Amino acid sequence: MTNHWVDIKNADVVLVMGGNPAEAHPCGFKWVVEAKAHNKAKLVVVDPRFTRTAAVADLYAQLRPGTDIAFLGGVIRHLLEKDAIQKAYVLAYTNASFLVSDGFEFQDGVFSGYDEAGRKYDRGTWTYQKGPDGFVKSDPTLQDPRCVYQLMKAHYARYTPRMVAETTGVPEDLFAKVCDAIASTAAPDRTMTSLYALGWTQHSVGSQNIRAMAMIQLLLGNMGMAGGGVNALRGHSNIQGLTDLGLLSDLLPGYLTLPKENEAEYAKYVETRTLKPLRPGQMSYWQNYAKFHVSLMKAFYGKAATKENDWAYDWLPKLDKVYDILTVFHLMSQGKVNGYVCQGFNPLASIPHKAKLVEGLSKLKFLVTIDPLVTETSNFWQNHGDLNPVEPSKIMTEVFRLPSSCFAEEDGSLVNSGRTLQWHWKAAEPPGEAKNDPEIVAGLFTRIRALYAKEGGTVPEPILNLTWDYRIPTRPAGEELAREFNGKALADLPDPKDRTKTLAKEGEQLATFAHLQDDGTTSCGNWLFCGAFTQAGNMMARRDTSDPSGLGVYPGWGFSWPANRRVLYNRASCDPSGKPWDPRRKLVWWTGAKWAGNDVPDMRPDAKPEEGVGPFIMNPEGVGRLFGADKMADGPFPEHYEPFESPIANPFHAKVGPNPAARIYAPDRDMLGAPGEFPYAATTYRVTEHFHFWTKHARIPSVLQPESFVELDEVLAQKKGIRSGDRIVVRSKRGKIVAKAVVTKRIRPLRVGGKEVHTVGIPIHWGFEGLTRPGYITNSLTPFVGDANTQTPEFKAFLVDVEKAPAGVA
Amino acid sequence: MALMSLDVTRRSASTSAAPSVRSGAIPDVAKLIDVSRCIGCKACQAACMEWNDLRDEVGTNLGTLQNPQDLTDRSWTVMRFYEQEVGDRGLQWLIVKDGCLHCEDPGCLRACPAPGAIVQYANGIVDFQQDRCIGCGYCQTGCPFDVPRFSARDQKAYKCTLCSDRVAVGLEPACVKTCPTQALSFGSKADMRDLADERVRELRERGLGQAAIYDPAGVKGTHVVYVLPHGDPGLYRLPAKPEVSPLVAFWRGGVAKTLGVLTMVGVVVAGIFHYMKVGPMEVDEHEEGRRP
Repeated sequence: MTNHWVDIKNADVVLVMGGNPAEAHPCGFKWVVEAKAHNKAKLVVVDPRFTRTAAVADLYAQLRPGTDIAFLGGVIRHLLEKDAIQKAYVLAYTNASFLVSDGFEFQDGVFSGYDEAGRKYDRGTWTYQKGPDGFVKSDPTLQDPRCVYQLMKAHYARYTPRMVAETTGVPEDLFAKVCDAIASTAAPDRTMTSLYALGWTQHSVGSQNIRAMAMIQLLLGNMGMAGGGVNALRGHSNIQGLTDLGLLSDLLPGYLTLPKENEAEYAKYVETRTLKPLRPGQMSYWQNYAKFHVSLMKAFYGKAATKENDWAYDWLPKLDKVYDILTVFHLMSQGKVNGYVCQGFNPLASIPHKAKLVEGLSKLKFLVTIDPLVTETSNFWQNHGDLNPVEPSKIMTEVFRLPSSCFAEEDGSLVNSGRTLQWHWKAAEPPGEAKNDPEIVAGLFTRIRALYAKEGGTVPEPILNLTWDYRIPTRPAGEELAREFNGKALADLPDPKDRTKTLAKEGEQLATFAHLQDDGTTSCGNWLFCGAFTQAGNMMARRDTSDPSGLGVYPGWGFSWPANRRVLYNRASCDPSGKPWDPRRKLVWWTGAKWAGNDVPDMRPDAKPEEGVGPFIMNPEGVGRLFGADKMADGPFPEHYEPFESPIANPFHAKVGPNPAARIYAPDRDMLGAPGEFPYAATTYRVTEHFHFWTKHARIPSVLQPESFVELDEVLAQKKGIRSGDRIVVRSKRGKIVAKAVVTKRIRPLRVGGKEVHTVGIPIHWGFEGLTRPGYITNSLTPFVGDANTQTPEFKAFLVDVEKAPAGVA
Repeated sequence: MALMSLDVTRRSASTSAAPSVRSGAIPDVAKLIDVSRCIGCKACQAACMEWNDLRDEVGTNLGTLQNPQDLTDRSWTVMRFYEQEVGDRGLQWLIVKDGCLHCEDPGCLRACPAPGAIVQYANGIVDFQQDRCIGCGYCQTGCPFDVPRFSARDQKAYKCTLCSDRVAVGLEPACVKTCPTQALSFGSKADMRDLADERVRELRERGLGQAAIYDPAGVKGTHVVYVLPHGDPGLYRLPAKPEVSPLVAFWRGGVAKTLGVLTMVGVVVAGIFHYMKVGPMEVDEHEEGRRP
């Protein structure tokens, strides 16, 4: 979230699209209810299904799965046509006036630079025009045909209400009502919050769904405002912490990136990432990359990381490609993976195309699962009849199950969607032989290190030199790990403003990432978490419930990264002169001498407003990007592409159906279904009674939602002779499931692409383990296709056929 | 539930008042269910099971998201889901938390023939005392809301206690404690009525002109009060004018009692007259002999 949970209460309009917080985030949803009750906020829900969120909405629109960009593109067009934008904000805080290189264009569904064979773009033309001073050229009148504003206007001119209706199925009059609600927040004293979750990310255009909303929020002047922002509601407890700590194959902690294969030299690696300002006077905060990186390497390798060995750069893996989950399981299915360690993860249930996963897991030599519960993955080799029709005798994979503890059985921190780190305390001992995850990993590590020490091996240095100075090496304590990711001074750090003072003495915990150094005198496991465990103690354990501003900031509760800042880009909540746009929502302001306020200002404290330092300090431009330049793999402007399996041709450009830069492996292309055989648009989701594949192991949630079901509309049900409660078979090109039918008015047939399209909704929670009725794994159906930028699989839009199950089918 | 810390004002099948009612100190309590804030998350169902240590069966899906399908002896509250077209507002998904309404004039208590099996406390809560329940089922007949459920295991009736054990020590019911959106509130009846008035006013300002409070007079008001955003109780499958069945009133009321007593007296008198006129019944020997 750019903002945070409590802040939702400050919104005037709450737009829920790509998420279903009443069901997936019921506790956080209280703030939506607060906004409605105390701020008279309007709740607008756009979703393929009338959800429990829609049940309390003021306005609901049903759209076809996978058509969010068509909808949002239509909103952008509406805002630009009606001039319902916050002009002063757009001029000062976005790249609307920047001039774009002449080579950039969009034609026939693709952007310039497309390489069809490689399914990727050469992004060389997706750049700005630069002046002789090296800075980007701009036209503050917004008249230049090559300025971002004009290009954007031309790009979205095609997204007329009629095209929106034709593509998404949302009738023009209803679409106009949604647009009006959104446009009402262009006023400086009105804000809209956007709440989304996996309903946006899990598409082959997932990242662009979110970018489209970011553009809308910039046009409306809602970024940086209390009650505004683009807010990702994370799907698991602490999944925010997972990404913050870099547990993705191409990341290091704090969103630093692993080097690629062709980045053999450290100097080059750092230079590429030390982004120089594109406009005069901008902060371009990634200029500090080396400070974060060197401090991380000192945390990893301590004294073994020196200036001479480039801070142990050679010991970092260099990626030949991104090893995302689809790639790993694709390689596994080809027999190219020997072993797989699966920690807190149930891929057999969670990843698309179950049959392909079973094939891959069956080719492993060994599989290790670390989990508090028995997972389908760890029992993939067991025959469970139709639910898991494998032959155990033919599977040679050796499976090790290491039982781990649950969150309440250990001390530690969780990072919530609002970037707040909160400490929690152990409430119970883990049962049986279960150990907590650090203990399991430390056990593995110390044994592997002993083997390297004894036997040598190829490149033993990264293992042998790793800092491992925990009091009990086989049991690192949560507090020790927290101190490590906060970071400490390795020497006395003199204060550059007054050399007689120090920022921190040798051995002291650091107070802020602003004190990190690139000369090896600081160590820090994650620069974003610096400040969470300072010399003053564990900031994550703070529980101060005072809220002086009344804006729900709660500055003394836990610790929010970065720098305990609750609303990102909050400098943008003020006009260029430093005065809050809205006196009711004063987050920060310029006092005449410095930046101060109710939140920690997202700005250099002494940056005078007349210096023109932009609020988007991580961007070299200093402003928000309406034109994404070369940052996205699939285009600087979000464009509507159909899901890889779609019931209709792309109404915008029939020849370019799905995202031309999205990930699909050749064998998986053959596993895509066509609308002739699989006519219905399907989507998958969670329901409120369950959390993923965990709570089916607990009795009460199993009572509350005991058996797998599929939702379908009344017209389709009647056509197929299906009544509520019947068992039905749902098939895709990749597999089938059998479940109970829930025939509902809450999904309606849509008129799109000149025909009637039915939507079939499939919850995910059941499997062959647990206390619920045994069920088929929903991801038997979903396609093995990934988003162009994140490779997140397209769980949310694919094709199926449904029929009543023949008598006797279980 | 234990009676020791509670002040009982009424007991089933008893005419004498309970001995220990503190007067004046105990306000009427009420739970407010604001349907407009309810997201159907079933946290209240889970909390009810947790606090009261109830574990219903893992059932099946019968074509609805509602589960368990109905109130049972181990599910004292269930969320009911209704897909309903409501005038020009179109399709609405109405989610109603069902359970005991704790009537001020409880039909179950009036119908119950087992002394002390159903009690009403001074704070208004109506509670079943299973150790005195005789399993006759009259409470079901007496309830205008179809709430009490029988246990096949011990042949006794069960229903929501409004967490009388928690309330007795100053806590709110478990469902209220857990509700994430403040769809549930708990307090004195007067405060809950005020809150309900406020919520209805807000809803009307938002364009829900029919919004209304459900606190039916037919049972002299309830200690579980609803805010219904669309007003009409029928949309929510709540009885528009609930009242204790006249048969129950008749059966347990003064008229029936008097009639019963008169009938019994009549039978005795008739017997005496019959004896005086006919004399004692005698068995003749012929019949005696035919006995096997």
